Amino acid sequence: MEISGAEIITRCLQEEGVEFIFGYPGGAVLSIYDAIFKQDYFKHVLVRHEQAAVHAADAYSRSSKKVGVALVTSGPGATNAITGIATAYMDSIPMVVFSGQVATDAIGLDAFQEVDMVGCSRPIVKHNFLVKDIRELAPTIKKAFHLATTGRPGPVVIDVPKDIAAQTSQFIYPASVSIRSYTPPTKGHPGQIKKAAQLLGEAKRPFIYVGGGAILSNASSEVTELVKMLNLPCTNTLMGLGALDGSDPHFLGMLGMHGTYEANMAMQYSDVIIAIGARFDDRVISSPEHFLSQAKKIVHIDIDPSSIAKRVRVDVPIVGDVKHVLIDLIGILKETGIKPQAEALADWWQQIEEWRKPQSLWYEPSDLVIKPQFVVQKLWEVTGGEAIITSDVGQHQMFAAQYYPFKRPRQWINSGGLGTMGFGLPAAMGAQLANPDAIVACITGEGSIQMNIQELSTCKQYHIPTKIINLNNRYLGMVRQWQHFFYGNRYSESYMDALPDFVKLAEAYGHVGMKIETPADVEPALREAFSDKLKDRLVFMDFITDREVNVFPMVQNGKGLSQMDLPPHMRDMQLTPFENNRDYGNLC
Amino acid sequence: MRHILSVLIENEAGALSRVTGLFSARGYNIDSLTVQTTEDTTMSRMTIVTHGSEDVIEQITKQLNKLVEVVKVIDLNEADHIERELMLIKVRATGKERDEMKRMADIFRGRIIDVTEKAYTVELTGTGEKLDAFIKALDPAVILETVRTGASGIGRGERILKV
Repeated sequence: MEISGAEIITRCLQEEGVEFIFGYPGGAVLSIYDAIFKQDYFKHVLVRHEQAAVHAADAYSRSSKKVGVALVTSGPGATNAITGIATAYMDSIPMVVFSGQVATDAIGLDAFQEVDMVGCSRPIVKHNFLVKDIRELAPTIKKAFHLATTGRPGPVVIDVPKDIAAQTSQFIYPASVSIRSYTPPTKGHPGQIKKAAQLLGEAKRPFIYVGGGAILSNASSEVTELVKMLNLPCTNTLMGLGALDGSDPHFLGMLGMHGTYEANMAMQYSDVIIAIGARFDDRVISSPEHFLSQAKKIVHIDIDPSSIAKRVRVDVPIVGDVKHVLIDLIGILKETGIKPQAEALADWWQQIEEWRKPQSLWYEPSDLVIKPQFVVQKLWEVTGGEAIITSDVGQHQMFAAQYYPFKRPRQWINSGGLGTMGFGLPAAMGAQLANPDAIVACITGEGSIQMNIQELSTCKQYHIPTKIINLNNRYLGMVRQWQHFFYGNRYSESYMDALPDFVKLAEAYGHVGMKIETPADVEPALREAFSDKLKDRLVFMDFITDREVNVFPMVQNGKGLSQMDLPPHMRDMQLTPFENNRDYGNLC
Repeated sequence: MRHILSVLIENEAGALSRVTGLFSARGYNIDSLTVQTTEDTTMSRMTIVTHGSEDVIEQITKQLNKLVEVVKVIDLNEADHIERELMLIKVRATGKERDEMKRMADIFRGRIIDVTEKAYTVELTGTGEKLDAFIKALDPAVILETVRTGASGIGRGERILKV
């Protein structure tokens, strides 16, 4: 029996076990929406803007280990999805995006709502397809899911012309995929893994540096085992938070531009770094020259060879799936009994504890004005550290990363690579739908939340009870911070002068709104929001915070990791210099 | 340093633009690019001439390998190789110039493939340097039109690029 292309799509999604598809209808995809109406394999979530559909699918994937699926129409629907696709691409999120296209005989004629989606999305997808033959539709979808989920994951776009969705064909879904040119590695090279083990055995100041790849590869337990087995200090990147429990004593906090003092110093002065699914991003090491000025050996484990030795020279490259490589590495370490030099490691830990003592994340408490850090800390207390946290981008994102110690992987959902404002609320929707029983909180700012605030309507429609923590300082906080540091306090266009009444706004959408203006009210408000009474309601909490708080520590662009701008309480301290110190850093 | 990369790629619509898009998006240069299907019509072979430091060429190779359609990439510079470029050059050929142009074409082992009262079209193959030398040997005023293919390269001897 022949079925339509639209029905083929829904059947393929059923075959792939898809639960949710996030989208927005339009002329070019009406056949597909009609097929969706007639099936009950999966649920469609109607967002209010296509960007949000892709973010929601993205966060659904990040929090559930499944593939996120989005559906948008041609032209403006497709271009609205671009930011979401780029966000997923930068963070290597497995996702399949269906975009509608004008009919095949109209392609290239500047038809109404036509855009070259394959061309537009090419630089920001793992792969994309334009389906021009109905017989290719099902095999293409099979390939798309395969490509999205294997190797280094990423978004795949399938552009479906309107007539292809309407034509009919036999439905044959391939059982497997074989792409001659696509054979992603899994196992790492045994010789290289042995070399890594030997380097660990020679190390005096070893350091484990874990990125988002460890989470994508579900290697958190292996990371934890390696760290504990050898008593190694460890840092997580922004994308790697949760790969090692944030309360584990081996964890030195996040590193990089807004990393802790101890993590940045340890990264700079270590002699052997095991980089696990991390890519030495510019926000992590800032200046490669300065970073490499201290003699160190680098082992780099990554499934993507192009991520290795891109910014820093690497002594032992290991191409492979992080989980597989770590299992093999741990096996060799156990078999051979290789360990870092005990005495040297003890000295290294002593040094790290010295760096820890000043508590670089300490801030001046206040009874008068709400500090954003205080809100995040209280959120952690009230939720028992169990919430899935999504964030937008800006100061609030860094405070969330610094002050909410994530216990487990996939608990922290944020746009690390692209830094997309407007990500937080749709991401919370996706995470909540993937985890209906979980506590989901979106930490945002008044600038970011307004970039996709229309999704409060989606939350109402689908009874999504996420809690929104709006750290409202009436500034684009991170922009203001940079203008403070680098532009002589000229706060050009960073001042939010016409903010809505967020409480009324939340209420207008049918949710609960709260405005919190004093530190004493922070905890009670949070407790109320997370109480059983409001368990099933979206609560928008507008925290009126200190306007001038900066995120510290801070590594300015082009400076070295040890050249941090430190928080005020550390600026006059006599810090113990490190013996290998060549440039101890800027203590302001 | 100049590098000559050979790329086997699936013969699919859009594959070429993925390669060129990769170069432009990442700020690499393409000095020349030639492409045609191989004896296996499902696959095309590209010869890309580019230049950059060893690090840059390593990144280009890795990024090319990352493209889903790319089957194999080799850097022909890593061993002996042969490369050829085709040029069609139309030159003014009137009066005494006709004999002179014929001699020049013979010296460079070119072939005159089109003749009119006023012009010859010469076909010339060889390395880029040889073709450059031919152009240099001519009086610029006689050159009416030039078209070149860019290099095609292949490894010497037993070295082959095949699936």
